[in-house]
Amino acid sequence: MFFWSIVLILIGIYSSYIFGKSRIKKLVYSTNLKPKSQYNYHAQYVLSWCLLPALIVYFSWAIFEEQIIQNLILNSFEYVEGAAYDYGLLLAEIRNVANNIDFSDGKSQEIINAAAQYKSLKLTSQISFYISIIIIMVLGSLYAVRKINIQFNAQDTIEKYIKYLLIFCSSIAVLTTIGIIFSLIFESFRFFSQVSLFEFLFSTEWYPFIPIREGQAAAEGSFGAVPIFAGTFLVMIVAMCVAAPIGLFTAIYLSEYASQKVRKTVKPLLEILAGIPTIVYGFFAFVTVAPFVKSFGQSIGIDASPTSALAAGLVMGVMIIPFISSLSDDVINSVPQSLREGSLGIGANKAETIKKVILPAALPGIVGAFLLAISRAIGETMIVVVAAGTAANLTANPFENVTTVTVQIVVALIGDQEFDNPRTLSAFALGLVLFVITLSLNVLALRIVKKYRERYE
Amino acid sequence: MNSIVAQERIIALRKKRSAQDLRFKYYGFIAMCLALAVLVFLLYSIFSRGFSAFQKTTILLEINYDQEVLKLTPDSTDQEIEKGKFFKVKKNALNNVFENLSKSDAKLIKKLFSTNIDKEIKNYYIDNPSVLNSTQKLWVTAHSNVDQMLKGNSRRDVPEDRRKLNDIQLSFIDQLVEEDRIQKEFNNFFFTRADSRHPEIAGIAGSFMGSLLTLFVVFILSFPIAIGASVYLEEFAPKNKLTELIEVNISNLAAVPSIVFGLLGLGVLLNVFGFPRSTPLVGGTVLALMTLPTIIIACRASLKAVPPSIKEGALAIGATKSQAVFHHVVPLALPGTLTGTIIGLAQALGETAPLIMIGMVAFIPNIPTGITEPSASLPVQIFLWVESAERGFQEKSAAAIMIILLFLFMMNALAVYLRNRFEKKW
Repeated sequence: MFFWSIVLILIGIYSSYIFGKSRIKKLVYSTNLKPKSQYNYHAQYVLSWCLLPALIVYFSWAIFEEQIIQNLILNSFEYVEGAAYDYGLLLAEIRNVANNIDFSDGKSQEIINAAAQYKSLKLTSQISFYISIIIIMVLGSLYAVRKINIQFNAQDTIEKYIKYLLIFCSSIAVLTTIGIIFSLIFESFRFFSQVSLFEFLFSTEWYPFIPIREGQAAAEGSFGAVPIFAGTFLVMIVAMCVAAPIGLFTAIYLSEYASQKVRKTVKPLLEILAGIPTIVYGFFAFVTVAPFVKSFGQSIGIDASPTSALAAGLVMGVMIIPFISSLSDDVINSVPQSLREGSLGIGANKAETIKKVILPAALPGIVGAFLLAISRAIGETMIVVVAAGTAANLTANPFENVTTVTVQIVVALIGDQEFDNPRTLSAFALGLVLFVITLSLNVLALRIVKKYRERYE
Repeated sequence: MNSIVAQERIIALRKKRSAQDLRFKYYGFIAMCLALAVLVFLLYSIFSRGFSAFQKTTILLEINYDQEVLKLTPDSTDQEIEKGKFFKVKKNALNNVFENLSKSDAKLIKKLFSTNIDKEIKNYYIDNPSVLNSTQKLWVTAHSNVDQMLKGNSRRDVPEDRRKLNDIQLSFIDQLVEEDRIQKEFNNFFFTRADSRHPEIAGIAGSFMGSLLTLFVVFILSFPIAIGASVYLEEFAPKNKLTELIEVNISNLAAVPSIVFGLLGLGVLLNVFGFPRSTPLVGGTVLALMTLPTIIIACRASLKAVPPSIKEGALAIGATKSQAVFHHVVPLALPGTLTGTIIGLAQALGETAPLIMIGMVAFIPNIPTGITEPSASLPVQIFLWVESAERGFQEKSAAAIMIILLFLFMMNALAVYLRNRFEKKW
């Protein structure tokens, strides 16, 4: 259907274009007047009136066809009395039988009937789709052609349409945000109707699978997210302990000491570090760093977990080094030269200038960079999914196994998803927390950096 | 007297200060070297593990394509060949790997071979139907445990109960090695097959195709939308609250964690709009929304770089605003926008978390052919292999990482090339 409807639409817009062009040409020859717009614009006008309704029909079919057919099938299905039905499985079975006749062996008669009905409905739907798309394209073109005349300013209209299209394109970003907020809040609301907000935010027991006490609000388990937040915080602290000094000192060296040649080679190399997919860091953490941490722990007499916070945090720290170094580099470079010269002029050496003058001057920007890096670290998923644990554990010992917000989101959604189950819905509540925290860190950081920039501009 | 003491103190202080200065410089240098060393170490630890996956171990097997056993005749149809008793031929061949094998030994021998070898035997027959009623020497794929042992990835000096292969099997392998009946060859399965439960026949073709289809969807969606949005914001948008809102929104969207986009895909695209699960269509849509801010920011930068005199020149000779923008500014900014799009696509190629949310993490043993078919993607495949307990998958994941890094490198090189080749310096 996809391929043929594209072909159909392409044919439609091509013929409508030709149609519009010949129409205006004819009008010009018969009246011998100069048209207000060029031929092309009239043709484009007809084309857009052909294309837009066709796209509307296409997308409404793509979105609603399957759902309507499913409802029709389920309504007319000959249910056997007393049998329990899982609608999702039933539909999948009917679809399988309809698509491939080999599956029909050993299926009950009502399913075979439903499959036949499914097939015929699908055929009807497709035929009516093609008919309606052709009709709508013809009607649209005819309407547009009727409006064409010598006086008609097609160019103005087309440019107005283009502007609407551009506005639509820019609103996609806003729609995405609205979609994120809507889905997070809606599903979180469903989650909090089963689990109390108080339990979620302040209880220290996170056992989403096992009910631990009688008569619990959610009979599925206990949803106290404190250990998850603590685990996220612990991993983030470890990461920042690695990334902050290395990133900051690298930035200082590159901007204040390094020669142009070193800068030119090192900066792209650090960018490689930033461009490596996070799953690769996850592999590195799991295969190389975690065993190393374990044997290091043994050598100093600590029993380290194979999924320790330390291993995940160290690798995450490596991942955010380039963020800190490049952002701090920018910030340090934008400290005005006069401050440096003033300090050097009164006899301070370079290290003193950096420590006493440049870093204090650049401090707000560096803080902003750190906040951005923290937001990155909190939202990072694949490293912790691979290298950190899945069981909630409230601890401050980095050698122990901890879990993070992102890990729990993945764990809740990776298997069967049941949208009436608080275990699945907990992912959205955690996602909401993650979204709010990273967004506010980000807004804060951008504001600080902006204020800082204004100071020196 | 006093002045000499003072002078000495000053000299000492100066020494101390310059030592401090030098130390500070070295701190910076060491930090930079540490960062680079980690990069080298990371790449080394991946490459050293991954290279061995490009080879597989094969064992020479004498196969008797007996007409009676196979229940085939020289003029059997394809369907009959499909149903031929190749597993019986395999069984006979396995029983005769060594002479006078006891039953228990034959069982152990069987475990040295991949479970998939009857297909290899069948395919060889389909390619050469003339081998019927003859004995052929065929290199067939060894089991992953043998493969790992011979590559040195699993050790033989650990106690027997902690090994996948017991002592008798090891002695069989040694005998095969001695008789030159075991060899390493190029692992074509890795590049031509989709995922499998058995490491020795698992490949990246399926997930690679899935990634390609996903990137196709990302490109189709994000490139036109990003150009439209950036042209509007850069050239047409009035300076008002709404425009400001859109701009703030885009810059904040760029910092939203990727996993949240996965939740958006699950909550809105799958549950509300009913997109098909686990498909490149929905994966590509989510990744397009995710990379859109990056691409828009890059596109706006390249539109900004086109000098206003070009547009003003067009306006001065009577072009309308859209003519000036679409005929003159956008074509000049196109290389820059393409560069930005490629960098956005590279970001999308490496992204894993949102795809897990929308179910592209399912086990897909065949190669997808369309954007509405369930498929895996390369990074998700790596994730699945890393999580797998089978040792044989570890080198596969490292090798798949090498492939993905190669592609990221090529995409970035292409972006740099486009920028240098086509971008005009005004």
